[in-house]
Amino acid sequence: MKQRIGVYVCHCGLNIAATVDVAAARELARLMPGVVVARDYTYMCSDPGQALIINDIKEQGLTHVVVASCSPRMHEPTFRAAIQKAGLNPYCLEMANIREQCAWVHQDRDRATAKAIDLIASAVAKVAWLVPLQEREVGVTQAALVVGGGVAGMHAALDIANAGFQVYLVEKQPYLGGRAAQLNTTFPTLESVSDLLKPLMKDVVTHPKIRVLTNADVEKVDGYVGNFRATVRERPRYVDATKCTACGKCVEVCPVTVPNAFDANLTTRRAIYRAPDGTFVVDERACTFVQDRVCPADPRCESVCPENAIDLAQPAQSHEFGVGTIIVATGAAVFDATKKPELGFGAYANVITSLQFERLANAAGPTGGKIVVNGKEPKEVVFIQCVGSRDQTTGNVYCSRICCMVNAKQAHIIKEKLPDAKVTVMYADVRAFGKGHEEFYDRVRKEGVRYRRGYVSEVYRKGDRIVVRAEDTLIQKPIELEADLVVLGVGLTPRPETDAIADLLSLPRSGDGFLLEIHPKLRPVETAVDGVFLAGACQGPKDIVDTIAQARAAAASAFAPLCRGKVKVESATAVVNEELCAGCGLCVAACAYGAPAINPRTGTARVNAVLCKGCGACAMACPSKAIQLMQFTPRQIISQVAVLA
Amino acid sequence: MNNSALVIGGGIAGIQAALDIGDAGFKVYLVEKEPSVGGRMSQLDKTFPTLDCSACILTPKMVDVSRHPNIELLTYSEVTDVQDAAGEFRVTVKRKPRYVDVTKCTGCGSCAEACRLKGRVVDTFNAEIGKRSAIYVPFPQAVPLKYTVDPTKCLFLTRGVCGKTFLCKDACKADAIDFNMKESFVDLNVGAIIVATGFDPFNAALKPELGYGTYPNVISSLQFERLSSASGPTAGRIVLNGKEPQEVVFVQCVGSRDQTTGNLYCSRVCCMITAKHAHLVKDRIHDARVTVFYADIRAFGKGFEEFYDRVRAEGVNYRRGYVSEIFKRGEKLVVRSEDTLLGQPVEVTADLVVLSNGLVPRPETDPIAKLLNLAKSADGFLAEAHPKMRPVDTTTDGVFLAGCVQGPKDIPDTVAHAKAAASAAIVRLRSHG
Amino acid sequence: MIDIQSLVEQLELAACIQCGKCTGGCPIAVKSTMNPRALVYQFLRGEDFELTAREDLWDCTTCSTCGLRCPKGVKPYELIIALRGQWIESGKIPTTLRAPLTATLNQGNPLVLPREDRSLWADGLDLKEMAEGVEYTMFTCCENAYDPRVQPVPKALVNILRAANVDFGTLGLEEQCCGSEIRRLGESGLFEYLRDDNIEKFRAAGVKKMVTTSPHCYNVYKNEYGKTEFTVEHYTQVVARLIAEGRLKFSHRVEATVTYQDPCFLGKQNGVYDEPRAILKAIPGVKFVDMDRSRERSVCCEGGGGRMWMEGTSKVRIANDRVLQALETGANILATACPFCFLTLSDAVIATGNEEKIKVMDILQIAQAAL
Repeated sequence: MKQRIGVYVCHCGLNIAATVDVAAARELARLMPGVVVARDYTYMCSDPGQALIINDIKEQGLTHVVVASCSPRMHEPTFRAAIQKAGLNPYCLEMANIREQCAWVHQDRDRATAKAIDLIASAVAKVAWLVPLQEREVGVTQAALVVGGGVAGMHAALDIANAGFQVYLVEKQPYLGGRAAQLNTTFPTLESVSDLLKPLMKDVVTHPKIRVLTNADVEKVDGYVGNFRATVRERPRYVDATKCTACGKCVEVCPVTVPNAFDANLTTRRAIYRAPDGTFVVDERACTFVQDRVCPADPRCESVCPENAIDLAQPAQSHEFGVGTIIVATGAAVFDATKKPELGFGAYANVITSLQFERLANAAGPTGGKIVVNGKEPKEVVFIQCVGSRDQTTGNVYCSRICCMVNAKQAHIIKEKLPDAKVTVMYADVRAFGKGHEEFYDRVRKEGVRYRRGYVSEVYRKGDRIVVRAEDTLIQKPIELEADLVVLGVGLTPRPETDAIADLLSLPRSGDGFLLEIHPKLRPVETAVDGVFLAGACQGPKDIVDTIAQARAAAASAFAPLCRGKVKVESATAVVNEELCAGCGLCVAACAYGAPAINPRTGTARVNAVLCKGCGACAMACPSKAIQLMQFTPRQIISQVAVLA
Repeated sequence: MNNSALVIGGGIAGIQAALDIGDAGFKVYLVEKEPSVGGRMSQLDKTFPTLDCSACILTPKMVDVSRHPNIELLTYSEVTDVQDAAGEFRVTVKRKPRYVDVTKCTGCGSCAEACRLKGRVVDTFNAEIGKRSAIYVPFPQAVPLKYTVDPTKCLFLTRGVCGKTFLCKDACKADAIDFNMKESFVDLNVGAIIVATGFDPFNAALKPELGYGTYPNVISSLQFERLSSASGPTAGRIVLNGKEPQEVVFVQCVGSRDQTTGNLYCSRVCCMITAKHAHLVKDRIHDARVTVFYADIRAFGKGFEEFYDRVRAEGVNYRRGYVSEIFKRGEKLVVRSEDTLLGQPVEVTADLVVLSNGLVPRPETDPIAKLLNLAKSADGFLAEAHPKMRPVDTTTDGVFLAGCVQGPKDIPDTVAHAKAAASAAIVRLRSHG
Repeated sequence: MIDIQSLVEQLELAACIQCGKCTGGCPIAVKSTMNPRALVYQFLRGEDFELTAREDLWDCTTCSTCGLRCPKGVKPYELIIALRGQWIESGKIPTTLRAPLTATLNQGNPLVLPREDRSLWADGLDLKEMAEGVEYTMFTCCENAYDPRVQPVPKALVNILRAANVDFGTLGLEEQCCGSEIRRLGESGLFEYLRDDNIEKFRAAGVKKMVTTSPHCYNVYKNEYGKTEFTVEHYTQVVARLIAEGRLKFSHRVEATVTYQDPCFLGKQNGVYDEPRAILKAIPGVKFVDMDRSRERSVCCEGGGGRMWMEGTSKVRIANDRVLQALETGANILATACPFCFLTLSDAVIATGNEEKIKVMDILQIAQAAL
């Protein structure tokens, strides 16, 4: 059949028309081989714009369509749907990007017009070779995996389970609650975080549709949207919770002492310890017996346990779950303040982080909620903002979003617990942007907290006190403040474990190291991997309320495949010509999605079309050109290039 | 229970919530009071910090929502009554007369060309810096692309007479214009309601010292969006009275963090909007001197601080101090502030002053809040059930909040909030359905 | 020693976010070392404050722009007034203030003139003494009562009220200083004495509705006398109403282009912007033009806050600029409704050599000419 091509040149308002002579482009497109109609219009993507294409297909019997407008990332789906509506195969469309790749980046109208015409010509040359492809759907396993048992993970899990789907909630720590479990009170509402968490955790743990696996890691994920298989390793707790009476005798004999990370290292604990949720567990990396089968203690914990609840030989358990979608809610780490040596963290016991302050202020914390440093109540306290944030010396150029309000809240707590204490906050910009935040900032100032503008440059000792040195930029003078306690408003950073989860799921990262959403404005929870969504601080620093909104947003995205029970998969995939394939396996190595595999029976490669994202990496790697990517075959590409020569 | 949802408000929040609920297989009614969906985002030129063309990323969503098999769009419509009956809502929606038969209108625009008031009606979509006809589409990418007669402006509808003959009717080849059209009412039964009615920009005339409304070259940030937008009245050229400004001053926190206006809260988006605008001025007018007066720069979101760094590196001058007075000296405006880092009062001359207006609750939300028995927070925005743990739920079962109706938000936070509301609605529809 | 903490608490200075909006709006800060933002910050930091090193405290005109502009409700001018009070309390009263303060206590006016001369301006007018049942009490500012340059103003008010058949009386020799400027000079003890004494006198005289010639008296009665048994209006409010009700009619034309200086104590501090303009626009022949900086955006003439008796640290006169701005409008009359504005602006017309081009007049004088 003879190709009958239609070309449609979009003005995109003035986005294109201001730089490209669209009428000239249209006139020249009319003369291109195979073109039977060429038109231009203000907004091709608008209803009337699409109607032009649909009418021409019907009335002029078009076989292929070229739209010269924006990036195909933007409107390829729009125009594919439009030509499909008119009865054409949606893959008989080619887009010439004359906006991002032409109008937006050039100034000279004549040369930009010439380039736009070239781009259109090459699209016309290619489109003639495009063949119809079939769109396919695959079934969906109606269950979800949620990685991370903090506030984000729990909220996402609850929404999905409440909608009737099975959820597997995997938490690395032996207990649920995540970062929030360490916190004292919320800002600006000053509620006890543990009071808010308890009902949430109870709902999660007792939910018939949620299976909680604590002390567990996701080890492997195979498959694709709708049909993932996740392998989860549940580390042994070494303590049988059904027998343990929490008498604590085991802890008394344990000879291994390690810093207690839950208390932000303000305290220590033993290798066997009582987790924050009250259960007993052995830290297998700390326990010398688990590691090396030796323990200096005699008798050992196992033998002192009156209930015989401890079994240091307990094996790990491996689970495999089929799920349709995955939500990553692995949270964020706290900036390591020793990386700012000028602030004296690690050097002086009375320089602490804001997370340590949370533990100090917490009634369930090491001091029972008393603010004491070196056994004394501080009389002068200085808060230092932006520690490890907005700071290229640390590599973290971003703002951590929560520290201003965390500090404001902590300053309030000091004034509440120690009304006579002199409290100063050193800042550069106070970012009190959330609901009720500015009002809270107003409140703490009125409570007597002094805000002074200037980043802190030096922290050093003077007797048993600390001197904080900064410039007060509002008086343009260097100042020295004496303090008994310095609290560093540490920022949030990506967790070190983010690497592992990103590798496991092939998730890209943004420049700041957090996991990357697919579009920063309109798709804040979706990732480059279909069916995998982000919730909470793994995507970037967030306070509790924004975390919850985002977690529930991730659940909303998960509902589309879960509720429908099927998903569309990419049609423009790679295909192997088995005649040419030598079975070298280079394609297998090149693919980031695990789509090609060598068929042991035939010794040739096959591509799992459901896994294939159509990226073309395999086609480039193939030395014998046995793999071709539909929509990007050599013939299509060569015709596209040839017309430019 | 009824297996469908109502979304009130067709801005990006309402659109996103409707899409998510529709994608999950439930019927959604999306009610929008304006003739087109799109909301505030459709008025924006670029988005921060990525400088995406706002219309370009929004249009696909608007088209999606209009094509979605599960979504029924009710534009130019308002919710007038809600009865809560055992967890199910009986909703009455008023469909305002467009005086244009949407089944016939092709969106060709001949009527607007012909209108006797062409170029004489203040264009609210263009933040009042442009003029349109009395029959209009708010913007070229409108969905649906159907014309509407503005009943407050049309000569026939306001005075009962428009010359000897209706110019618009004569011009319409599709015979779509019908001045006999009357308002009608639709009854809907739904199991969940999402309120996504958005915000208004603060009216800067309430800060007289800033000269808004007195000087034509003191404009609001929304007006700047329309000035710099390629589809705006100046076709994207930043010009005032035919001249490109050489000195531009931006004023932060106009109507935010300010008890003289009653708005104690921070509006969350203005710092970055201004940073974006400052960048656009430097981008289009390379030699322009651009000054931003501020007290705290709140660049807190993903990529925001980086963008603030970039804008300063591009030569935008940030000076710490709120603006106290704007007045005229010769042809120039004088912006008076204290540069608090110098400890000196300063005067900066300007050809253009852009006020970074805050966000305020829309008065139109009040009747809806009343119908649904929703409370307000101290700041006047609608109150969520719990400020930390339940950001989209309300004290009325089955009613959820999405976007800026609950408080100022940027686009990604609005989208996340709207999706969360959708999730809450889906859970309710599935668990009761 | 100044109790910094109690001032911070009493004046709620901690609400300050150091945005500088006060200083940017301050008419004085551009020419004085007085920086309201920096002053507040000094208190927030809690460092020692050496009062007598701060001569610039006397530069403030208490126009209140700083407080009106403040987004957080801080009133820096009240801090300045409080500090002036501490200065006065310390006994180191600036020399130029001694006589006015003493005279206000002894003679009931800061102009250092005898109490018994207070009614000389009204000689021959045959004014009614206040008594129970008389509708209005006309209160004449000390400045209007004693300074011959502004004595025609109360006379004009008398003629206008009579033309409109308004029933009014005066307190005669019982009238004394309202205390507005005294409070702003920091002499809070004297102010409280005057306030209590005046309230007693007003009660005795049966004052119910007061009309003042000065915005300063109007402001202090309205906002600083606590709950009173009388209501108070500035004459512009009364006269504008008389015109609107048709009780006051003009029969002559005043062919002039008139602009208007908003007195800070009438406009910015009490929101009375429309009435003065309404009067001027109602006068036949008057072409009214506003200056660019008018109403909420007006600029202080520098006559208030005790500045009639204190030179200030700078020789630059804002009023001079103001006259030039008035000339820019093409006006040949610069109207005002305040005796302080009248005097400072009149001086400025002379200082800038513009006596031929523009004349300062009180609104009442223009209105009287049209009767």
